[in-house]
Amino acid sequence: MESVLFSVRLSLQVACLSTLLIVVTGIPLAYLLARKEFKGREVLDMLFTLPLVLPPTVTGYYLIIVFGRNGLLGGFVYQWTGWTIMFTWYAAVLASYVVALPLMIKTARAAIESVDKNLINASYTLGHSEINTALKVILPLAKRGIIAGAVLAFARSMGEFGATLMLAGNLPGKTETMPIAIYSLSGSGEWNKAHGLVMLMTLISGLFLYIANRYSKRTF
Amino acid sequence: MKKTGIAYLLIALLYTGLSSFAFAGSKEITVSAAMSLKNTFEEIGKLYESKTGTTCVLNFAASGDLLKQIAGGAPVDIFASAAKKDMDEANSQGLTLAGTRADFALNSVVLVVPADAKTSLNSFEGLNSAEIKKIAVGNPKSVPAGRYAEDVFTFYNILGSIKDKFIYTENVRQVLDYVARNETDAGVVYATDAAARSKEVRVVAAAPEPSHKPVVYPVAVVKGSKNEAEAKAFIALLLSDEGRAVLQKHGFKSGN
Repeated sequence: MESVLFSVRLSLQVACLSTLLIVVTGIPLAYLLARKEFKGREVLDMLFTLPLVLPPTVTGYYLIIVFGRNGLLGGFVYQWTGWTIMFTWYAAVLASYVVALPLMIKTARAAIESVDKNLINASYTLGHSEINTALKVILPLAKRGIIAGAVLAFARSMGEFGATLMLAGNLPGKTETMPIAIYSLSGSGEWNKAHGLVMLMTLISGLFLYIANRYSKRTF
Repeated sequence: MKKTGIAYLLIALLYTGLSSFAFAGSKEITVSAAMSLKNTFEEIGKLYESKTGTTCVLNFAASGDLLKQIAGGAPVDIFASAAKKDMDEANSQGLTLAGTRADFALNSVVLVVPADAKTSLNSFEGLNSAEIKKIAVGNPKSVPAGRYAEDVFTFYNILGSIKDKFIYTENVRQVLDYVARNETDAGVVYATDAAARSKEVRVVAAAPEPSHKPVVYPVAVVKGSKNEAEAKAFIALLLSDEGRAVLQKHGFKSGN
């Protein structure tokens, strides 16, 4: 029971933090991809979208290559601090972030691109700077798409498994999120416990989607 | 309202972040072990904790995935694989500490069918029969049990003719699960797995010893472990009479 509570809390914690990071970084990225013409724009878009189509274990493998203790970036961090993200709950956040970010970028980019150009131009002719236009005109008009992106990213983070298993491992009491706990329980044939957790996982995810739907309808 | 929500979230995150740092002070070893060792190692882990006072964190996945994690620099102290091959690879990549490797257990390979199966399957050769449509085996690329299964099929000279019936899985427990749920007509697992769910699956044949490489479970301390002494103590426990008793209880034969 204690381990179930732990994995529920950990999953929520991972999904919340990953969604927060996705909102903070995903919106500027979506804005950049939607509004700016620059070389390599579509390549950048493709790179961010890849985790959506790659099998999560492949994404996880890439993450190990980059962030592992012998990894390109991870090796550097390890040399300087003696700390590695692997097998910590931050690794679960990182995996969820990378896998769920494209959901935010794709939906927010589409929403920003569909904002009426006349309104944007009007804002500019009335003397608003680009930042002001973005904050007061474009983003408010694209709000629905952005919120939808955040909800999808949250849901995906809650359910993230493959990349998390590779980077965060399957450590009871440390990195055992709900999906990993279910994998582990089925591995040892403890189906009764697994069933309970499957129901709980479905219930919590469903509840969040319901609340998000209600909330976005009420606000707009 | 929104702001207080975010503030609570940040406090919660900070709290868990700090508490995980606080734990880092006490001694702790991380053991990466093959999925088929799960029940056994959970018991050995508890035994180890009660004897040494060192916390034992267990990480279970397919041996191939565990190897990738260690190669990528996962902070693991002990690697226990379900096959010689993965340990050999770890050795040749310089990932294990010299002189710490030991074969601690032996297992055997069996053919299982669902407990209420109506097929007349009673041997490996019988897999050739038309009544057998699907056979669950581990993916030989990452699942050692899948490689042993291929050895056995090659021994009976049926690999080519039954290959189309294979349903590949990503760990050996998944094979067991497919068979237990009647999704496949048969599957190849370890004797210990079959014993763990004897109500749901029935063993119809055991592979004779010369038909496959011996199923040895090697263990070694991972190079760069910061808890070398504690890790060695874990292996010593595994090889002790007490450790062997636990292994035997779960159907393993002791190694060496």
